Amino acid sequence: MAEREVWQLLARVPDPEIPVLSIVDLGVVRYVRRAADGRLHVGVTPTYTGCPATAAIRSATRDALDEAGHRDALLEEVLSPPWTSDWVTPEGRAKLAAFGIAPPAAAGERASGPVGCPRCGSLSTERISEFGSTPCKAHYVCSTCREPFDHFKCI
Amino acid sequence: MSAASAAPARRDRALNDALLRYVLRLADTSLVLGQRLGEWIGHAPALEEDLGLANLGLDLIGQARLLLTYAGEIEGKGRDEDALAFLRDAPEFLNLTLAEQPNGDFAHTIVRQWLIDAWQIEVYEGLTASADTRLAAIAAKALKETRYHYRFSRGWLVRLGDGTAESQSRTQQAVDSLWRFTAELFAADEIDERMAAAGIAPELAAAAARFGRRMDEDLRQATLVRPAAQPHPWHGKRGVHSEHLGHLLGEMQHLQRTYPGVRW
Repeated sequence: MAEREVWQLLARVPDPEIPVLSIVDLGVVRYVRRAADGRLHVGVTPTYTGCPATAAIRSATRDALDEAGHRDALLEEVLSPPWTSDWVTPEGRAKLAAFGIAPPAAAGERASGPVGCPRCGSLSTERISEFGSTPCKAHYVCSTCREPFDHFKCI
Repeated sequence: MSAASAAPARRDRALNDALLRYVLRLADTSLVLGQRLGEWIGHAPALEEDLGLANLGLDLIGQARLLLTYAGEIEGKGRDEDALAFLRDAPEFLNLTLAEQPNGDFAHTIVRQWLIDAWQIEVYEGLTASADTRLAAIAAKALKETRYHYRFSRGWLVRLGDGTAESQSRTQQAVDSLWRFTAELFAADEIDERMAAAGIAPELAAAAARFGRRMDEDLRQATLVRPAAQPHPWHGKRGVHSEHLGHLLGEMQHLQRTYPGVRW
């Protein structure tokens, strides 16, 4: 019961760098469970080891738990298995696309398929840089509408 | 306590010391290379590459933080990641000599990156099966990032090598000048052997062969020539460094040395 409530609570905590996504959409909340010690344990995993948002996500998660009265909930950092963009939820992918960021390929469709332009839908796009404004994004440009856009990297 | 039970404890201590040094080698190589890449910020040939090098540096420093935190716990003397990064002197750093080499031109930076990316891929792949589960988890995480880094550095190696006469000659010069540091990458010493025997780290000989094949294939595509093997008088991973590390640390540690204990 409390677990479901906490999931709903965390689904309202925005990612500090891509605020249209919640940390649940991003797939970084790994578990919420009541352990044998009677306390709630919340596992959060970093996207990239050096992502500067990791500390902000931790403190925002802590604040959300505290404000909802879960002061004794234990926040745990989980490294294994490592985060993958496959864990971005379908809802998260839709939110990214609506925001103008080409979402990562869904799990299983990784291959090297073309990245669709989030503005005009064209599949005729070109990668400008493997990297972008945050560790999780790469830079693309659309050859049809000529607009540059970010692509959420597949990793 | 009887002598019989003290012996294994002594062995464990020796293993623990070797593990500490092994983890510091990985951590310091990532940290020092990450610091080097940070020197490019605002100076790279194009904005996209500026972002790329900064992103690589960020990942490497992130890996170093996980490894240094772990090293501090193995050591058990209360040193955290910051104490290890900012309050050790050059002879206590155990990074590969290659990692501390200056940026040089863009070709030098790319070749250094390509060599270390390829080395890290072998080491991290091996470590994902480590008997040390903490190290295995860090390696699995770092491996995904490293594969992405390698795509970047290998891509540039081929573009520059198989590019203009100018880019090819400068990239070949970078390969020629940095190749002498590669012998250290897979030269196993007693720490590597102890780690391999304990099932903690991979055997370096098999990794070296895979690394060599990767080098040959990439250099062929980049139309570059592999230099002859050279002896290695370089012992960064034993704490004996080239002149460059001291200068790098002077800059990296300046704030903590000047204002001990300062926090954000």
